[in-house]
This record gives sequence, C-alpha cells and structure tokens, in this order.
Amino acid sequence: MAEITLVEAVTLALAHEMEQDPTVVVFGEDVGVNGGVFRATAGLQQKFGDERVIDTPLAEVMIAGMAVGMAAQGMKPVVEAQFEGFMYPMVDHVVNHAARLRHRTRGRMSCPAVFRAPWGGGIHAPEHHSDSNEATWAHFPGVRTVIPSSPSRAYGLLLAAIRDPDPVVFLEPKRIYRWQREEVVDDGEELPLDVCFVLRDGTDVTLVTWGAMVKETMEAAVALEKEGVSAEVIDVATVAPIDMETILESVEKTGRCVIVHEAPKHCGVGAEIAAGLADSGIFHLKSPIKRVTGYDTIMPLYRSEMNYMPSAERIVHAAKETLEYS
Amino acid sequence: MAATIASFKVDYFQFLDAEGRLVDGVQVPALARDVKQLVGLYRLMTLTRVFDKKAVALQRTGKLGTYASCLGHEAAHVAIGSAMRDEDCFAPMYREYAAQFYRGVKMSDVLMYWGGDERGNDFSGPKHDFPWCVPIATQCLHAAGAAMAYKLHGQPRVAVTVVGDGGSSKGDFLEAINAASAWKLPLVLVIVNNQWAISVPRGKQNTARTLAQKGIAGGLPSIQVDGNDLIASRWAMDKAIAAAREGRGASVIEMVTYRLSDHTTADDARRYREQDEVDSAWKNEPLLRLRKYLVDQGAWDQVKEEELLAECAERVQGAVDEYLDRVNNDPQPIDAMFDYMFKNLPHHLEEQREIARRFPAKGGSH
Ligand SMILES: Cc1ncc(C[n+]2csc(CCOP(=O)(O)OP(=O)(O)O)c2C)c(N)n1
Repeated sequence: MAEITLVEAVTLALAHEMEQDPTVVVFGEDVGVNGGVFRATAGLQQKFGDERVIDTPLAEVMIAGMAVGMAAQGMKPVVEAQFEGFMYPMVDHVVNHAARLRHRTRGRMSCPAVFRAPWGGGIHAPEHHSDSNEATWAHFPGVRTVIPSSPSRAYGLLLAAIRDPDPVVFLEPKRIYRWQREEVVDDGEELPLDVCFVLRDGTDVTLVTWGAMVKETMEAAVALEKEGVSAEVIDVATVAPIDMETILESVEKTGRCVIVHEAPKHCGVGAEIAAGLADSGIFHLKSPIKRVTGYDTIMPLYRSEMNYMPSAERIVHAAKETLEYS
Repeated sequence: MAATIASFKVDYFQFLDAEGRLVDGVQVPALARDVKQLVGLYRLMTLTRVFDKKAVALQRTGKLGTYASCLGHEAAHVAIGSAMRDEDCFAPMYREYAAQFYRGVKMSDVLMYWGGDERGNDFSGPKHDFPWCVPIATQCLHAAGAAMAYKLHGQPRVAVTVVGDGGSSKGDFLEAINAASAWKLPLVLVIVNNQWAISVPRGKQNTARTLAQKGIAGGLPSIQVDGNDLIASRWAMDKAIAAAREGRGASVIEMVTYRLSDHTTADDARRYREQDEVDSAWKNEPLLRLRKYLVDQGAWDQVKEEELLAECAERVQGAVDEYLDRVNNDPQPIDAMFDYMFKNLPHHLEEQREIARRFPAKGGSH
C-alpha cells in the first residue's frame, strides 16, 4: 500500500464506501468532472458514474436541503461545500432539519448525511476561504463535528462518519491536505467517532488541539522536550461531542493544560474544553488553563494570515507559563 | 386548454456582429455612430485586458495570490461601468474590474486585494460602492437593499449588481428579483453569463432556454444581449438604468459572453473544457470585434493600436510598481487585522493585539 496524503485518504474512504454501499452518493459543486477543487473526489465520477457523483448547480441551500431529503429517503449523501466559508447557507438545513429529524419524528426518520468541507487557513486563499468555524457547528445539538488531522485518521473517521446513522459535519484541514504522507491500508476499518486520540505521551503538560494545528502543537512538544518539558498531545478529532474523559485523564496526570485552536478564541471549542476541565478536573490542575487561539478578528487576507494563526512559539510560551506554577 | 393567462418571450439583442459589422435591418442605438465615445470605451477594454494579463503573470511568479481573470468579459464590464453615474451604487462580484476602473477604482487597488493586503478593499471608487463579494450571489440582495434605501430616501439613484450564470442558481439572486418586483426597486440585475461556473457548464446548471427568463418569472422586464457586443450591452444598461431612475422599477439583463481564461489562477480548465470550444470563442471575443468596427469607420488603425498598447503597458506597469512598492516597503502592520474590527476596540481585542505584536509569524508575512 502506497503512502498517501490526507486529501487522498478522503478520496480513498469515499471510494471504499461507495464500493461497499450503493446508497452512498457524492453531491456538490465541481465534485464530478473536475474531481473537486482540491481533488478530494478525483476519479470518483469516472469510477461510479454521474448518478452517484453528481455535479450540482451552484447553490448550497439546495445542496444541503436536498441532502436532508435524500438521506431521509434511504440514501447516504456525502455532500461537499467547496470551502467552509460557503457552508453558512447550509446552516439552515443542517441545524433546522438534519440535526433534528430523528428527534422531531421520535426516531421514525433520520438524516445520515455527511457535510464535508475543506476548512481553515494557511493556503494563501482569497477572502472567506480560510475561516475555521467548527464552533458554529459544535454548538448545535444533533450534529457531530469531526476534524481529522492525518491521512489515516481522515480515512478511518470519514468511513465512520458515512456509516454513522446521524448527520456529521466533516471538516478537512486543507493546510495539511498534502503536508504529510502516511501508509493507509484500504481495509475499510473505521476509527471511532466521539473519542480523542493521544498522539504523544507526556507528564508535565497536556496540549489539546485538532486539525491542522496538530502540526504546530507537535512541533511545540518537540521544542519543549528539548527544554526538558514532557508534553502530552491530544487530538480531539470529534469536536462535538467532546471526549472529555481522555482529556481529563491526561490532565489528572500532568496537572496543566494548553488548548490550541486556529479559530477565534471567543466561544471557541477551546472554551468548552476549559469549562469541562473546570467542572471535573479543577482539583487536578496545578496552573490556570491556557488557550492559544486565532484572534477575535476577521481572518486577514493571506499576507497576514500566518500572523493570525497560533505558532509553535506561542504554544511553547503558553506551556511554559503553565509551568511557572508549581 | 381553458385560457392562456400569461405568456412570455425573451428578446435577444446584438447590434455589432462577430465580424464587427452592424447587424442588418436593425435600428442601431446612437452609440454605434458616436465613434469618439466608442474609442474611449475601446481604450478601457484594452487597458483591462493588458492589466488582466499582467495580473495572471504576477500570480504565476508568486507576486499575487489567487486571481480571478476577466478575459473575454471586457465589453460587458465596460458597458456596466460606463452606463452608471457616480451616485449610483455598484455591487460587484469579483471580476468586474473594468466596470470598477470606470468608477475610479485603481488598478493598484485590485492588485492589493488579490495580493492579500486588506488595503485594496479601501478602493478609490465611490465610497458607497460595495467591496468585492466572494460568496456567490449575496451581493444581489445588498444591491436590492441599496435600491430600497434610495427609494425610501426619494433619491434618483440606481443600484447595479452583477451575478454569474452559476450565481443565478442561488436563492439570493431569485430573492433579489422578487424583492425588486414587490417593491418596484431602482435596481439593475446583470447576469454575466460566461457559460461556466468553474467546471459546470451552462447546460448543466438548468435546462431553461435563457437565464433572463428567471427575471420574467419574478415579474421584471428581462432581456438577453450579446455580452461581447459593447454596443448592445451598453444600450441595454442605459435603458434599464433610465427605467430604474425614473421610478419604473428593476430589470434583468443577461449578457451572454464567454470565460476565455481559467476560472481563477487556482483552476485548470483543461480538466473539464474542450480546447476547441475555447478556440472558437476567441473568434467571438469583444475587443477584436469593436476594433474591426472602429477600423472600418476610419477611427482606428494599427499605429493607434500600437500606441495604445504601449500606453496601457506603461500604465499597468506603473500600477504594478505601486503595488509592489507598497507591499514590500510599506507593509501592513502585523496588528492591522484589529484596526477596523470595531469603531471602539473592546478591551479583550486590545490584549490580543498585544499578543499579535509580540508573536509575529516567523519570516514575516508570506
Ligand atoms: C456561496 C459560494 N459557493 C461556492 C463558491 C466557490 N466558487 C467561487 S466562484 C464559483 C463559480 C462561479 O460561477 P459563476 O457564478 O458563473 O461566475 P463566474 O466566476 O463564472 O464569473 C464558485 C463555485 C463561492 N465563492 N461562494
């Protein structure tokens, strides 16, 4: 098995599940002939035909609304929004319908659709292409929000998302779409949703993150190690609902926590994690919880975007601040 | 059948054919005989083309971010911009530079914007014009809102918006038509139908014979024109703007043109589009057509053309130099992202601005 990138792992998972399950349909702008603007659906239309990999007119409300209808009637739509910023028109249908259909019909109907989008900044894109809005989705009950951070996790988590009986928003960190190659066996093995992955064991401080920020956070952990600080790194992966147990277990051990995300700080997913730690982990904490995040500003145009996003340096600095408390 | 209670037709207008000849047997607008004005418009079309080519080259050499080319749209865009008055309001999408140049936006503003520098957004056009709009079709409703404001203020001003063929699939566009119809708004909705919404061709967006008829469904007078014919495009704009200004309500104009470039510099149209189609579209392109006509009128020749190209190259280079000088020698400060968040910056943002100052990205910007 060849080593593949994160975006290729997305394609691989889609192809695997389309092969296994004839109800899986890929639906969205430019996903067919063009194979998606990031090539995430490359080759799928050639393989599965234009009734299963469907180029749609340019209309996100239609895409999301039809996904609800299709999913409720026995299909498994995996829809693509071209960029996360263009998912906002979908919010109405996902929040008001997809997320509620099971509840509202007392289980008579459900909406097992997946809403995918390339997400986050750092690729020199124009305005509206670089936001990270996972907190928007995470806030709404009834929808899972999943963010992979490596090729193998993209493969396993996307399979799980497609197979999940409820709606899943699946945000793909496009900055690391092609950053790393990894051996991914196309064995159809899914990874569990709703659990965190511990990427690195450590004893002094817990670094909690997800998506592309895993890159800077791991770099920070390596830098800290050189200074004799042992950092544990947790990839949250499913940002709603959050597996607080794994995070708590780690913080019980380290007593310190730095939460890292690219999205704005205010009402970000980091705030939820910090609140969860305050709820149940407060007596294990040896220092205040730190958050290293994007600023509460509009994501700047590309010349400044790296100034917006947390750097390994900022993460190291925050970790050291937590260590000042003994 | 009991009775026909409504029936419709969509008229198509072309005054200058692909060979640059006035269409036979048709009453042509006065503009066709106003050679002096046509030369002026042709000059702006040419400047836009030279600019566009340079912008693509800058992107290819890493000096500009993703750029949306306007190659092939020059007649439509010049027609739109030149038909408007300063006090009217323009709500563009992201590739109508020629219309904006007409309204005073500088070439260096456009470069700043696609060059990833926020200062391009504060462009030199009328202060009430909307900025570039990347989310598709949302600008249609902003234009409808602007038109509503003018109506409520009792001002004889008109809002003009542009949407693509792809964007005409969105609710926002249809909702703007509906609103304009319900309130008889002074609005002109232009569909610049360049045949492609990235990889999705016109024929796969819907099977309606025209896109103009979407306006008819909403109750607005709607026509289709040859968007590569400057005379027809401008004539349609003049008519629609006059109607809106006189309180006769909104209209829809579908300008049929062709996207001769990739969708943006991040796109590779060869993946989904036949070269033959592009080659034949070049035979129909707007500059060549108007140039032939002007030459036939004795108003243009090779010498003038070469002088114009040299002049355009120089002006474009001036804009490029201005842009590069600014981004290289007078870069936006690291904390500029905070400046216009609020009129009164909240305290927590002041704190975050300090962090931003303290932790600039390694290697500066990129
Ligand atoms: C709401 C939204 N969805 C998707 C996109 C991504 N996108 C940018 S341009 C484009 C195609 C636009 O086609 P059209 O409206 O025909 O205009 P054109 O660019 O061809 O002039 C798409 C899908 C976007 N900018 N906004």
